[in-house]
Amino acid sequence: MSQTTNPPKPDTIYFFGTCLIDLIYPKAGVSAVQLLQRERVKVIYPQAQTCCGQPAWNSGYRDEARQVARAQIKFFPKNIPIVIPSGSCAGMMKTHYPELFKGEADEVEALNLANRVYELTEFLVDVLKVQLQDLGEAVEVAVHTSCSARREMGVADKIEQLLGQLSNVDVKEQAYKTECCGFGGTFAIKEPEISAAMVADKTLHIRATGATQLVSQDCGCLMNISGAFAYQAQHEGKAAPKAQHIAEFLWERTHG
Amino acid sequence: MAKPTEFRIDVEKALGKTEVRAHFRKAMDTLMTNRRNQFPDDAALQALRTQAQAIRANALSKLPELLEQLETNLTKNGVQVHWAETTDEANQIVLGIMQKHHAQSIIKGKSMVSEEMGLNHFLEERGIEALESDLGEFIIQLDGETPSHIIMPAIHKSKEQISKLFHEKFPDIPYTDNVDELTASARRILRDKFYAAPVGLSGVNFAVAETGTLCLVENEGNGRMSTTIPPVHIAVTGIEKVVEKLSDIPPLLSILPRSATGQPITTYFNMISGPRKADEKDGPTEVHLVLLDNGRSRIYSDPELLATLRCIRCGACINHCPVYVRIGGHSYGTVYPGPIGTILEPQKEGLKVHGELIQASSLCGACGEVCPVRIPIPNIINRLRHDSVRKDTENTPTQDAGTRRKPLEAAIWQAWSWSASHPSLYNFGGKTATQLRGLVPNNLGAWTKVRTAPKLAEQTLHQQLKALGVDHE
Repeated sequence: MSQTTNPPKPDTIYFFGTCLIDLIYPKAGVSAVQLLQRERVKVIYPQAQTCCGQPAWNSGYRDEARQVARAQIKFFPKNIPIVIPSGSCAGMMKTHYPELFKGEADEVEALNLANRVYELTEFLVDVLKVQLQDLGEAVEVAVHTSCSARREMGVADKIEQLLGQLSNVDVKEQAYKTECCGFGGTFAIKEPEISAAMVADKTLHIRATGATQLVSQDCGCLMNISGAFAYQAQHEGKAAPKAQHIAEFLWERTHG
Repeated sequence: MAKPTEFRIDVEKALGKTEVRAHFRKAMDTLMTNRRNQFPDDAALQALRTQAQAIRANALSKLPELLEQLETNLTKNGVQVHWAETTDEANQIVLGIMQKHHAQSIIKGKSMVSEEMGLNHFLEERGIEALESDLGEFIIQLDGETPSHIIMPAIHKSKEQISKLFHEKFPDIPYTDNVDELTASARRILRDKFYAAPVGLSGVNFAVAETGTLCLVENEGNGRMSTTIPPVHIAVTGIEKVVEKLSDIPPLLSILPRSATGQPITTYFNMISGPRKADEKDGPTEVHLVLLDNGRSRIYSDPELLATLRCIRCGACINHCPVYVRIGGHSYGTVYPGPIGTILEPQKEGLKVHGELIQASSLCGACGEVCPVRIPIPNIINRLRHDSVRKDTENTPTQDAGTRRKPLEAAIWQAWSWSASHPSLYNFGGKTATQLRGLVPNNLGAWTKVRTAPKLAEQTLHQQLKALGVDHE
């Protein structure tokens, strides 16, 4: 859940980039760091960081997930906020590390880390209270909020609060907005038919809004939805809205 | 009972039926809208959920004592209490009661526990007619089907299909696709059966320990008729349905129908507190309660899995599930479908039989969000995934724990874990992968059947932020 009382603006924060952004969408990570730095916050990116451990956790391999999580706990020792450009990885660290480390020798360290975790849009809105100035062309945008940002982190409204500050951005609401896109990590691999049916509906509803741009807080959903858009463009000649992580979209439109 | 391998085949078949899928979507949309309209004030809803959760959690925390108290008070009220460890024992108990009365037929109000028991089939094999009187159950029984939803058993059937079915099974009744006329026909057929049946059966929504009262919610009045017209009434329920006090009922009764069908209250609410008394004009002369365990004690023994037993069977998790709405209830191959079935069935029947179901969730959390008693369904799915591959199987009561651990998959996770906990290895891997990005195939199996393959970046975020001079400690 979103913090009820937010700390004052910190001088220094940690940035946890997530493995998906590291390997496939680094531009989203760079943009997020730039957005944070612009607010005069010193960003530390521990080079030893890897992955939050969620893939193994969701597959039932808890020992393997814990080993990876334990490493991250060591890499983020200082008592400063950890900002994460993903509701899913933030949710893993914030809500599932406490479960994963229950009764372990380093449970206290895990709880301490969990308490310092913020999802990026949550941090921009609630802690930094950013004020954005739109420098971009008029555009119609659809928002897909990840299920973890919505239900684990309780930060679904933050992305729209940020977009609401952009004068040239018109947010279009798709049908079944709160429904899962069908990614679900290994779900997309283990239940490919159901996942395919879900993303087919998701793309249909987003395209129906006429928006030319899709933004999300989570690159997992974006990989799924934009992959389906690109496939449908190639094979069915359908329009493919441009899909971007919210950080990348915000940075592109607001830096002079 | 479904074989483990049938799930995938059923899913593919179900996804291919676009008309049925559209029908399901419409039905679930209506149910979701109805529920939303019943809870205009979110704070009030959350408070009521907390209250309902507390009532159910309290009951479970004292389950053994409450069950004893329930038995004592029911017995005092003249209700005969029977305990069944297995579904077979429960069936034998029902059969025994029927044989004592030389009963050749039984009329049934809706009961998912009787589905769990496979009671109809069991009785029919012994030459006893079991007739469903709930309209939805009546329809699917005509067609030889099982329920596809726990509160709307015939939700998969269209009006046209039902019209045809009635015409085929009752050729004397003129064909109609008028819903009111169809319902009237069913009512006429059932009315005679109610008067003729020597035994009536029902489920139980809540059993009150304090007073020995069996509560039953229903909309059609068939529940009341099944429990009052035949001279013998048999109620069947799971041992978890007990609550402590009569004052626990109003909050549960307030949240159950609103979560289920989006009704403020059901048309009928029955409180059964014993057989007909000497000065009473109607009601059964004998009332029995069969309390079924069927794996529930095993679930009860684990502090995390225990939450599964809080369920009040409203079906809200099913109505809100993006997987259920696409594959329908029958694909699950279980008595209880949807999210509640996904956590209950593998625990009840074991991971060998229904372990496949726990993969059929994107862990989106929609189920947990609407559950009126706050069962953390996604967490329990996650736990069962762990149970299915864990090595320390002595630490979980789940049947067949560890049996879904595959050596190759385990080795992959171990290798992944090793690499992702050793930064130099991870970074080397990341850099190498991005350098070889051209080699990533465009065909990634099932993923690329409907999507293009993701492309690795030219440079990792680690490399880019280092180049930009971002502090690293």
